[in-house]
Amino acid sequence: MAYSKKVIDKFENTLAEPEKHSVGRWDPSESDIGTGMVGAPACGDVMRLQIKCEPRNNSHVISDVKFKTYGCGSAIASSSELVDMLKGKTLEEAKEIKNQDIVDALELPAIKIHCSVLAEDSIHQAIKDYESKI
Amino acid sequence: MQLPIYFDYASTTPADPRVVKKMQECLSLDGNFGNPASRSHSFGWKAEEATEQARSDVASLVNCDPREIVWTSGATESDNLAIKGSARFNKAKGNHIITSKVEHKAVLDSCRQLEREGFEISYLDPNSNGIITPEMVLNSITDQTILVSLMHINNEIGVINDIESIGKITRERGVIFHVDAAQSTGKLPIDLSKLEVDLMSFSAHKTYGPKGIGAMYARRKPRVRLEAQIHGGGHERGMRSGTLATHQIVGMGEAFRIAKEDMVQDNIRIKSLRDKFWDGLKDMEEVYLNGDPEHRAAGFLNVSFNYVEGESLIMALKDIAVSSGSACTSASLEPSYVLRAIGLKDELAHSSIRFAIGRFTTDEEIEYTIGLVRNAVGKLRALSPLWDMYKDGVDLDTIEWSTS
Repeated sequence: MAYSKKVIDKFENTLAEPEKHSVGRWDPSESDIGTGMVGAPACGDVMRLQIKCEPRNNSHVISDVKFKTYGCGSAIASSSELVDMLKGKTLEEAKEIKNQDIVDALELPAIKIHCSVLAEDSIHQAIKDYESKI
Repeated sequence: MQLPIYFDYASTTPADPRVVKKMQECLSLDGNFGNPASRSHSFGWKAEEATEQARSDVASLVNCDPREIVWTSGATESDNLAIKGSARFNKAKGNHIITSKVEHKAVLDSCRQLEREGFEISYLDPNSNGIITPEMVLNSITDQTILVSLMHINNEIGVINDIESIGKITRERGVIFHVDAAQSTGKLPIDLSKLEVDLMSFSAHKTYGPKGIGAMYARRKPRVRLEAQIHGGGHERGMRSGTLATHQIVGMGEAFRIAKEDMVQDNIRIKSLRDKFWDGLKDMEEVYLNGDPEHRAAGFLNVSFNYVEGESLIMALKDIAVSSGSACTSASLEPSYVLRAIGLKDELAHSSIRFAIGRFTTDEEIEYTIGLVRNAVGKLRALSPLWDMYKDGVDLDTIEWSTS
């Protein structure tokens, strides 16, 4: 598997300094937390993305993010990349993030596009979960 | 200690320095470069002498007559020749072939081709330790069965089939028995004067010889008949045409000569390294050894680290070279068919790593790698939502996963 240097760096940095790269979890029952979990162990990847949101102006802003991912190197790199994209965005802006943005940012090989799709799904689920609480 | 460390000896082995030296002597003008088929001059005679010495060395490791050895390009070609060659020659006698689900693709794909030609194939399921038992073979033989093809040592988990007992069954029923021994030369004693095996496939590069050369054993008494798959010149008594690659053949001969000489000490050492490796891992939580713990060749350690995906573990272990049953490391995106066939859940197959130890593995490398693996598994579990759930006491089988 020929990964780009970006995937390898993202994976290695996340593994070396998990806290700095937002690895972790919050209690999903908290009112300001939205949780999305996608994938399946049998398929080899599961992503859990959590967003912490606060109301601002007429919208809600993602003030912090945490994630954990079981999966191949590019699945972990894709989640970590997504986290960087999400911080500080409004929910409307976050909904606009497409899997192609992750593919481009990490130069994912074609066989790993699936990882970016999973990452996109996780945002939509997390936002949906948060919106059900407000 | 040099990094990265090689733990993929079941995939291929480096050539032994003694092998390399012999091969180098068979290439240039001042060396033994002649065509072994040239009858008219000393260059040919000398080359023939070298290939025949190599044939004797290969035959000697497996205790057969040198005239029963046919040179091929490797075990894949040997498997093709043995399976397709014997099936096609004997198709008037019957159309049924028995093999197993955990064979190498060279065997499985040859069988698939024969299926397209009208043969019927039974793909036996191994037991949960990965072994095909003599009873399973016995129960599958019909009056149409012409061939049984099974591996000696499985290339993913290293388990050993009882080819001695299976051979008794096939011989009694008049069925040809082919054994893929690509993984077993130099790892297990093979005595073809006692085993009732008719055809056997060998590879040089799994036994510290060069890639691109292998051999097939074809029994003379009782004689097994084959249809050649490659034509042109009638080399190898018509069974496999093509100019003999002197340097490759000499390399394989030397590798097998060394294997015979060193097998006993090599395997004692390799087994003790493997046991030490497993001792260093087995107290970790949710770690599983795949394949029969007893009936297993010395160098194999196939382990599943639950809740950690294999490819990410390989990436985290960048200083060591291993392979995984994870889907993400295969072109097909399917987890290992061998691990699935022995009944492993998909997630444990995704989480598997094969450490294959060999002649040049050192004590120091094992110690270093134990630490590396423990550390990497710990870090990846800290990143794994499944590990959290396991630790929280959640039964993962009760969850409805959203698969996109």
